[in-house]
Amino acid sequence: MLAWGFLGPSVAIFALFLVYPLGRTVYLSLHGNDIIGRPDRFVGLSHFAEMASAEYVQVLITTVLFSVGVVVPGVVGALIIVLLMEGVIRGQRFLRGAFAVPFAFSVASASVIFAVFYSPGNSVLNGILYRLGLDQVPWLTSQEMALWSIVITTVWMNLGYGVLVLAAGIGSIPKEVNEAARIDGATGPRLAWDVTIPMLGPQLFFLIVISTINALQSFGQIHILTGGGPVGSTTTLVYSIFQDAFAYGTSDFGRASAQALVLLLVVLVCTALQFGVIERKVHYS
Amino acid sequence: MTTVERDTVPARAGSGRVGHRHTPGHVAGRVLLYLTLAVFLIPVMFPVYYVFAGALMGSQDLSAFPPRLLPTGVNLENVQGALDAVPLLRMYGNSLVMAGIITVSQLSTSALAAYAFVFLRFRGSAVVFALFLSTLMVPAEATFIPNYLTITGWGMGDTYAGLVMPFLAYAFGTFLLRQSFKQFPRELFDAARIDGMGHLRFLWTILMPLSKPALTAVGVYVFITSWNMYFWPLIITRSTEMQTLQIGLNSLKVGEYSNPGLLLAGAALSVLPTLALVIFGQRFIVRGLTAGAVK
Repeated sequence: MLAWGFLGPSVAIFALFLVYPLGRTVYLSLHGNDIIGRPDRFVGLSHFAEMASAEYVQVLITTVLFSVGVVVPGVVGALIIVLLMEGVIRGQRFLRGAFAVPFAFSVASASVIFAVFYSPGNSVLNGILYRLGLDQVPWLTSQEMALWSIVITTVWMNLGYGVLVLAAGIGSIPKEVNEAARIDGATGPRLAWDVTIPMLGPQLFFLIVISTINALQSFGQIHILTGGGPVGSTTTLVYSIFQDAFAYGTSDFGRASAQALVLLLVVLVCTALQFGVIERKVHYS
Repeated sequence: MTTVERDTVPARAGSGRVGHRHTPGHVAGRVLLYLTLAVFLIPVMFPVYYVFAGALMGSQDLSAFPPRLLPTGVNLENVQGALDAVPLLRMYGNSLVMAGIITVSQLSTSALAAYAFVFLRFRGSAVVFALFLSTLMVPAEATFIPNYLTITGWGMGDTYAGLVMPFLAYAFGTFLLRQSFKQFPRELFDAARIDGMGHLRFLWTILMPLSKPALTAVGVYVFITSWNMYFWPLIITRSTEMQTLQIGLNSLKVGEYSNPGLLLAGAALSVLPTLALVIFGQRFIVRGLTAGAVK
């Protein structure tokens, strides 16, 4: 059929690199493998059972801390910025553009820049703290701090996206809504809290879900800045998948596949949540 | 929250673009508003400034403590040093080839699929479209292990084909182009068909030129995201000759850990093309990025 001819190229790529891999991941997750990664024995659910071990529970905790740490300041920061920008009369376009600039930076370039900022030898940030008379921070060398240093880098990379999404949302609020609220005497923070923020509900929700999914998939900044350390303190789920499958020549594809399925499940739940809520919103308008 | 802010920022936001009040409280409120924005803008812009400033600094500026924030002179030794340490130009080319192929391919496969969904009525198209959308839910990281095995099994590890293969189609483009194609008047399509115009010819000579804004939005978005890819190029390339710029930056960081000037020069070089796209193509990016957010 003609339509399938047009769909064919996409369908072929999806089948080969998306559908088949999902099946293969399930298969691999149920098997042990030899030293070069060939599955050689059926192990049932034991890879999943291993994820209850202290080591992997720590990985999951780190993943959750990292995601919450990235999403909350990212979304709140973007919201404050767009609300403030509403009060600006001239230069709104310029400001929106300026806040969007970090979007141009790849995860690798952003990480390299922050590596210089955090560098234990001659940290630019510590230099600034020193000028301000503040204490030095062991950005990447302390187990307590390293994860938050990566969080800061990630928030910097993603903030512009949040600003763009929410600014587009504010732009789509009908003028009459603001007029009506003003006639009722709502101004400033009141207007923001009672009218603008509720009207931004769908965009805020979208932003929270997308930011969470992105945070869960963060990889490059961890690989470049800390390599999962010190002492595993920045090893998230995706980084753990990478380590088991591709680092140090371990090729532990079975164990990594089990973790990949957990990641898939978490992302699916987040997405389902979004579709459920947005479906309901659509009926309103 | 101070009383000043309570009084004036509200008035400002409330009064919109008309009715300036030049009371002292109002002026103070505006100052406060701009100061608060600056508090956010400075940390956002500082890394952008510093990557270029630092790239042009001499080693005496960078090795001072505290490190200088303003360069004392312009100097290109870092750029030269970065290019000598890692073959960044070759990697630039690799990234360009990879992102270029992926962009052209996704635009083509998406346009074909979107055309089928809009103009070729077929049974089950709603179900197929839902299945297309559901592919967007799968995080790429969940498919990398089997894809790595597939690509290396085909002997395509460390090749351009291996770099681009899994990304030749992506449903996001289909989704956006379908929205755009749906705007096209059905009568014109019917007229073109009655005149005997073939589907591919219609798509290529009439529909595509009229869908330039949507195509550009998808193209810019796909180019930036694939130019910036990290995980897949990291695992699928082995040789320096095949590595992309992003992986080169990591090599630079591993090799020149203690030389901040080279790291910043490498990062500055790598960011120029996407920075140009973000600055000059911003409205297209906004369209592409926020497509799912605003109904």
